[in-house]
Amino acid sequence: MKNVIEINNLSKAYGNVQALDSVSFSVARGELFGLIGPDGAGKTTLFRLLTTLIRPDDGMATVEGLDIVHDYRAIREQVGYMPGRFSLYPDLTVEENLNFFAALFGTRVEESYDLVAPIYRQIEPFKKRRAGKLSGGMKQKLALSCALIHRPSVLFLDEPTTGVDAVSRSEFWDMLSELKTKGITILVSTPYMDEARRCDRIALCNEGRIMHIDTPQNIVGGFGGKLYAVAANNMFALLQAARSATGVAECYPFGDTHHLVAVEGFSAELFVSEMQGQMIKNLHIERCEPTIEDVFIKLMQR
Amino acid sequence: MKENVISVRELTKRFGDFTAVDRITFDVRRGEIFGFLGANGAGKTTAMRMLCGLSFPTSGSGTVAGFDIMREGEKIKRRIGYMSQRFSLYDDLTVWENIRLFAGIYGLTPYRTKRRAVELLSRLDFRSERNTLVGSLPLGWKQKLAFSIATLHNPEIVFLDEPTGGVDPITRRQFWELIYEAADRGTTVFVTTHYMDEAEYCTRVSIMVDGEVRALDTPAALKRQFAAESMDEVFRTLARGAKRAE
Amino acid sequence: MKTDFLKFVRKEFLHILRDKRTLLIVLLQPAVMLLLFGFAISTEVNDVRVVVVAPNLTDGVKDAVNRVAANPNFSFCGYISQNEVDDVLRGGDVAAVVVFAADYDRRMMQTALGEPAATPVQIVVDASNTNIASSASAYLQNIIAGTASAQSMFETHLLYNPQMKSAYNFVPGIMGVIFILVCAMMTSVSIVREKEVGTMEVLLVSPVRPMRIIVAKMIPYFAISCVTLAIILLLSRYVLDVPMSGGVGGIVGLSMLYLALALAFGLLISTFASTQVAAWLVSAVVMLMPMVMLSGMLFPIENLPLVLQGVSCIIPARWYIAAVRKMMIEGLPFSAVLHEFAVLCTMLVALVGLSLKKFNDKLE
Repeated sequence: MKNVIEINNLSKAYGNVQALDSVSFSVARGELFGLIGPDGAGKTTLFRLLTTLIRPDDGMATVEGLDIVHDYRAIREQVGYMPGRFSLYPDLTVEENLNFFAALFGTRVEESYDLVAPIYRQIEPFKKRRAGKLSGGMKQKLALSCALIHRPSVLFLDEPTTGVDAVSRSEFWDMLSELKTKGITILVSTPYMDEARRCDRIALCNEGRIMHIDTPQNIVGGFGGKLYAVAANNMFALLQAARSATGVAECYPFGDTHHLVAVEGFSAELFVSEMQGQMIKNLHIERCEPTIEDVFIKLMQR
Repeated sequence: MKENVISVRELTKRFGDFTAVDRITFDVRRGEIFGFLGANGAGKTTAMRMLCGLSFPTSGSGTVAGFDIMREGEKIKRRIGYMSQRFSLYDDLTVWENIRLFAGIYGLTPYRTKRRAVELLSRLDFRSERNTLVGSLPLGWKQKLAFSIATLHNPEIVFLDEPTGGVDPITRRQFWELIYEAADRGTTVFVTTHYMDEAEYCTRVSIMVDGEVRALDTPAALKRQFAAESMDEVFRTLARGAKRAE
Repeated sequence: MKTDFLKFVRKEFLHILRDKRTLLIVLLQPAVMLLLFGFAISTEVNDVRVVVVAPNLTDGVKDAVNRVAANPNFSFCGYISQNEVDDVLRGGDVAAVVVFAADYDRRMMQTALGEPAATPVQIVVDASNTNIASSASAYLQNIIAGTASAQSMFETHLLYNPQMKSAYNFVPGIMGVIFILVCAMMTSVSIVREKEVGTMEVLLVSPVRPMRIIVAKMIPYFAISCVTLAIILLLSRYVLDVPMSGGVGGIVGLSMLYLALALAFGLLISTFASTQVAAWLVSAVVMLMPMVMLSGMLFPIENLPLVLQGVSCIIPARWYIAAVRKMMIEGLPFSAVLHEFAVLCTMLVALVGLSLKKFNDKLE
């Protein structure tokens, strides 16, 4: 399988902030590739480089075999791009936005309606409404429709789920899976770790660097070390007590429990007795499977 | 049972013929971390504005920190702290200048300001950043600082509107530890979030759908009630039934 | 692609039509400004209160005073003594005092005969409004001189604007400002808005050359400016009675050139401003202020310090206003403004070149 996106040692600095620091990876055709990381990880910079909006300081990259510096016009013909803040015209209606973006790419809405329809149909009842008056979830769907209107072979989605509620977010990922079946290569970024499992492969990034690239399963599988979930009546007291217990490398809140990373010298029995000595009541402890977020926290601490 | 610091009955807000908040009734107890969840457009922001004394309810009644939200909005404002994702601090002022400014706004005396500020900076391990411009701090640090400043005047309740959006997982947890500490000191925390794992950290959670509070209980009880594995599942079950998109 | 271009233009019209408040301001502002300058803010000499100091009420003096009293621009408020002059002026009761010499008749006679004589009349005016002061004193001189052998005493002729109607002078100035406001300010703000909302990123990452979008953006503002031009010309002709004897064609042609120049200016601003507020500020502070001050709109260029006169040469409005004055007020034909026309053409080429060079299809 030929790679649609090839990135080699790409770097970009703004003043003395190294936004992107020698990043390399590739994305295969039809892959749903996720960039997972918080604000400041360099996700937006990478998108702007790949969509030819800015030039790299160092390194090179190709999209569909086209160089991002020299062949930038050709790249712009082929890719679909949805920037971070859904870039729609707030004073134009849903319909007017879609028509405009169709015209921008030299096409008409009817020509790509089959591709856009599953998404657009959900907001079509509101087609006379101004885009500025839509909810986050609807704006997101309209922006995706606009990015798809010219049948791009590669789709760049920069934080499409930020600021959108959990239900809309999950619906959005369903749409991306659907698009993937149509052979569209998708590069998507998100700060939400739990969305990572919806991707074929992910890159965990932080502060301009890629910490790890693999399938979500392999990343989780490579956690190493033992992970426990602990809970008690007073969670805050438990957190502080657990951190000074024997054989505990790390303890941090995780959902309704705290996750505890165990190293040599740790045993559940010893931990329970230590906690009893600290007046922690109603203690529960069990082994648990690591998640992407656990791996991310571990990688960040290196 | 601890006393209630927020208590609202049948609180309603209408804009024209659109009912943004529809007869919500709930109590928040002292020292609680109260998670206020809802889909986009469910009416969370409108409800929160009424509680902060920024907008008047169309009907219903309520008290915040013992003051009537209809008549004593100004008194409420003096006893609460507020922090949102969008506006928190002035980027073009230094850490110290921001602290001094907000201390002034909350009416702290210069002596108390200085004492609290020193205490705050050492708790955050920020002493060396005293004269740094807030704009040049990483987002996570900014949010932690904003929270500490919002609680500088020891408010009875602090309102947090999506405080951790876009923040890395470690800083996000450090932020929640600040919340725990504040709650431990007796400050009530009223927080909205899109991260469902954060909903699990709350003492109690309410979920708004279409302007109404559809569920309210501890995370554990809600999961039992909806036979769900996680708060994420509970939220989805409720929000899928949402009729309005805005 | 041609129909697409029309779609882009349509979209820009939609933006403008949706923003009703701005549209209203853009269309009403020229009319309001024109009428305001034409009527309210007047440099006209109107109902100026005059008192007279006359040690000897001779026939000659009476004659002169009667003439002043009869003139509709002045109202005669009686006689005072020499030592009251300061008080009445300071009190603001009167705007001018005419002081006749005790031997006024004799001095006038000598002047009339061509013999050397001391000044027969002194005019003291309240100069807190310099425009009115200078017009009033010039007027008074004329009227009083008219009593004697006028030709020999003063040699003042008011050319081009014999009635001294100030609105005439302001019309070209207002045109210079309005077109910069509508074309340069509005286009730059609307381009920068796309940057701010984030749509510029999508526009750039599209097969369409960004220049096409930019040109599509300028068309509606050009059209609005043409409407504005028509409004200004009609108001000037039929409400303010500006003669425009030099022909309307030349004025319209020159204005079109100036509009293009303003659009290029707007584009240039948009290349370095990244927020709408910045675009407003740059337009207002960097362009509008020097334009109002140095273009000859408010203050005659000849009265400026030499350095500023030099600076004014690079301000397009200076040349535009000068040319429109010639054609509108002096009634000169287009051939008389070829110099200004050439300067504006050169500026247009330079500005378009510069803004195209500065405008790039990247975000950097």
